[in-house]
Amino acid sequence: MTTTTPEAGPARIGPARFGVRGSARRLAPRPALLAASTVAVAVALIPLVYLAVRTADAGAGRLGAQLWTGRVGLLAARSLGLAAVVTTACVVLGVAAAWLVTRTDLPGRRFFAVLAALPLAVPTYIAAFAWVSTVDHLEGFWPAALVLTLCSYPYVFLPVAATLKGADPAQEEVSRSLGRGGWRTFTDVTLRQIRPATAAGALLVALYVLADFGAVSILRTDTFTRAIFVAFDLGFDRTGALVLSSVLVVLTVLLLAGETATRRRGARYARLGGARRPAPRLRLGPARWPALAALLGVAALALGVPAVSLARRLASGVSRPGALAEVAAAAGNSLWLSLAGAALTMLLALPLGLLTARAPGPLATVLDRLAYLAHALPGVVVGLSLIFFGITVARPLYQTSWLLALAYATLFLPLAVGAVAGAAGQAPPGLEEVARSLGRGPLAVLRTVTLPLTLPGIGAGAALVFLTGMKELPATLLLRPTGTDTLATELWTATSVGAYAAAAPYAALLVAISALPTWWLAARGGLLDKEDR
Amino acid sequence: MPVPARRPLAAVAAAGLLSFGLVACGSGGDAGDPGKPGDKTITVYSGRNETLVKPLLDRFSEQTGITVKTRYATTAQLAAQLLEEGDKSPADAFFAQDAGALGAVAKRDMFAPLPAADLEKVPQNFRARTGTWVGVSARSRVLAYNADTVPAAELPRSVFELTDPKWKGKIGLAPTNASFQAFVTAIRVQHGDQKAKDFLAGLKANEPQIRDNNVKIVEDVDNGTIPVGLVNHYYLGEVAKERGTTPDGLKVRLHFFPGGDTGALVNVAGVGVLKRSAEDPDTKAFVDFLLNPESQRYFAEQTFEYPVVTGVAAPAGVPPLADLDTPDIDLNDLDTLDATIKMITESGLVP
Repeated sequence: MTTTTPEAGPARIGPARFGVRGSARRLAPRPALLAASTVAVAVALIPLVYLAVRTADAGAGRLGAQLWTGRVGLLAARSLGLAAVVTTACVVLGVAAAWLVTRTDLPGRRFFAVLAALPLAVPTYIAAFAWVSTVDHLEGFWPAALVLTLCSYPYVFLPVAATLKGADPAQEEVSRSLGRGGWRTFTDVTLRQIRPATAAGALLVALYVLADFGAVSILRTDTFTRAIFVAFDLGFDRTGALVLSSVLVVLTVLLLAGETATRRRGARYARLGGARRPAPRLRLGPARWPALAALLGVAALALGVPAVSLARRLASGVSRPGALAEVAAAAGNSLWLSLAGAALTMLLALPLGLLTARAPGPLATVLDRLAYLAHALPGVVVGLSLIFFGITVARPLYQTSWLLALAYATLFLPLAVGAVAGAAGQAPPGLEEVARSLGRGPLAVLRTVTLPLTLPGIGAGAALVFLTGMKELPATLLLRPTGTDTLATELWTATSVGAYAAAAPYAALLVAISALPTWWLAARGGLLDKEDR
Repeated sequence: MPVPARRPLAAVAAAGLLSFGLVACGSGGDAGDPGKPGDKTITVYSGRNETLVKPLLDRFSEQTGITVKTRYATTAQLAAQLLEEGDKSPADAFFAQDAGALGAVAKRDMFAPLPAADLEKVPQNFRARTGTWVGVSARSRVLAYNADTVPAAELPRSVFELTDPKWKGKIGLAPTNASFQAFVTAIRVQHGDQKAKDFLAGLKANEPQIRDNNVKIVEDVDNGTIPVGLVNHYYLGEVAKERGTTPDGLKVRLHFFPGGDTGALVNVAGVGVLKRSAEDPDTKAFVDFLLNPESQRYFAEQTFEYPVVTGVAAPAGVPPLADLDTPDIDLNDLDTLDATIKMITESGLVP
């Protein structure tokens, strides 16, 4: 790939800031990119259209009566509170772990780079179940916050570690040479370099917490999403549940506005040419033992507790999963459905990611934010909206894998767009300008410059969507082709009748398969590279 | 240079083809196809768990040569799905865990009336007055208790005694469970709204241990974490099965409230046939099959439930249905779920 990348000459000191300027930075005919991005956003907005239709059915009277209550205010406060606590904890944990594995001489840091990413493979419903099986009377806000933090801090760890690994150390060196100490250099320079990655990861964590059902239901924390699921169960009341969901959209808008406000417009932190050079590693000295213990402790809580609990359940129960063929079929279905979902999601995400990275402006920002709007909606609502879409618009696709793949795209588009935009944003637009000025057409530039530079982002996005799709349950239950079982649905089937021993192998397989893309994500971030000094 | 240069575009194209190919081979073509009457294939939406009913459905296919395409999910989700699908639903029959869900779908006029021959096999209070659904297995509400920590002499005579302060912190509840809701509706029908409201307030004041589902309550009662819990009787069978023992081998015991107490309400799991399949002989065969003595025996032996057809023996280890002093309640009168939900929500027992 690098052979086709025009070198930008001798190293300049980065990061450099580029303004938002001019048509020269367009990489392809803008209308095509815009049209493709609009299609992607339309897919992401299906649940919102559905919510609008159904809440209109409910009528203003019911809407008001149901929403203007103290209970809704309390739920909103608790949901936002949980999101705030978990996000803060994930940022602290994610940034600290990323810094330890990339910038210090911590023993076994490459091992820890993978270990710190692995909890992403553990679904919250497995983790929460493991915790309540291990500790009696565990319930409430703080246990839920703990489990959610342990499962979702890799959303911050992975992008931040990749940024720290890839960042040009020159700026830190300049800072130190100008008299700043180590700590001030860290807060003034390093933290700024990783701010976009941290904010993007934090946003994903916050939205994930709002949409999560597994942990909050098992640990009995009354958030909006739990209330929505309960409303479906209570009297089979679809409208009430959907009216509640509309509040989640409002909460999402608030979060998005917050995150957008922290962005500095047009700031890019691209490395401009020059050979890749690792940052010097801080010698931890005796401090490395507590650091090591902390990372091991986190891994023990995030991975060890579920592993031990699954093993105990397997040993204490006599139920067993179906024949090997059944387990293999479920694994195969999980694999194919998640792969199809990831491929479709990437196709939709690519134009939108390129648009936000390469043609920034109000329009791109609006489209990008719109793609996030439905991301905090619980899977059951997205599932119902796709049923609505399938029945009224796309009847031939109804209850086929197509519609489920589309549901995954609707659910996980932001994960993919973020990864593509991140990769495209790290590549200096100057390269494309050079290619254009040397006479290549826009399509040729897309093919020979932009895509090769974005490919790591495409891979990262696909891996993230794949493993999140593997773990997804509510929408899968509603939309899977009749008779198709996945690992997640088999797990649900077994646990609902208390056949925990039968469930354990499905859970283990689910985590094992999801661990592969997670490992790859860590490797892709350069975290596993051999030391080059 | 041109060769590597094409790779990324090729990769994107490959991703597109891959998604197309994967989906095409996964979809099997006719997954959403509703099929035709008499085509020896039926689609059943099952809110009953696969582990519990799949052996039965397999037996049906073996005996009749009719393929059953079964869609498993929670009863509540399937009810929502059916309401969303309306008359375009590919489902032929809805096999639900709970009469309330069948009532919700029947209310939307989506079920066809069942043949009288099927309906008459089942007592009147276990089927819809309109004949749109019929119960296929019954379960009693019970108080599960830990035999080590709660002496049988101290068990309450009535479910209403559970609001006594001596049970503070000792009661396991699953208020989101449909059976609990049916039970609260039954209190309203038997004793009026005020008594129901007071009962819920009393339960709440007694700081109950809220669980997601009945299995978890029975497990926690068995291991002594909770002394007593309000559940359906058959969950004991499920927990015993997982432990590789019989219900007698557990520490948890069942207390059937005596004297026609509302706490001993008997509810059913049942089936309804979607309108479009009203004339489908395969779907009719399915309903017939569920009510034949052999299937009824399956429920008693395998799922620990009560058969609803007379002449089939009750599950081992529990008193027969006829010996239970059940409250005089017709399930058809439990259709005012909305008011119950409002009451449960306002009681603060659910979010």
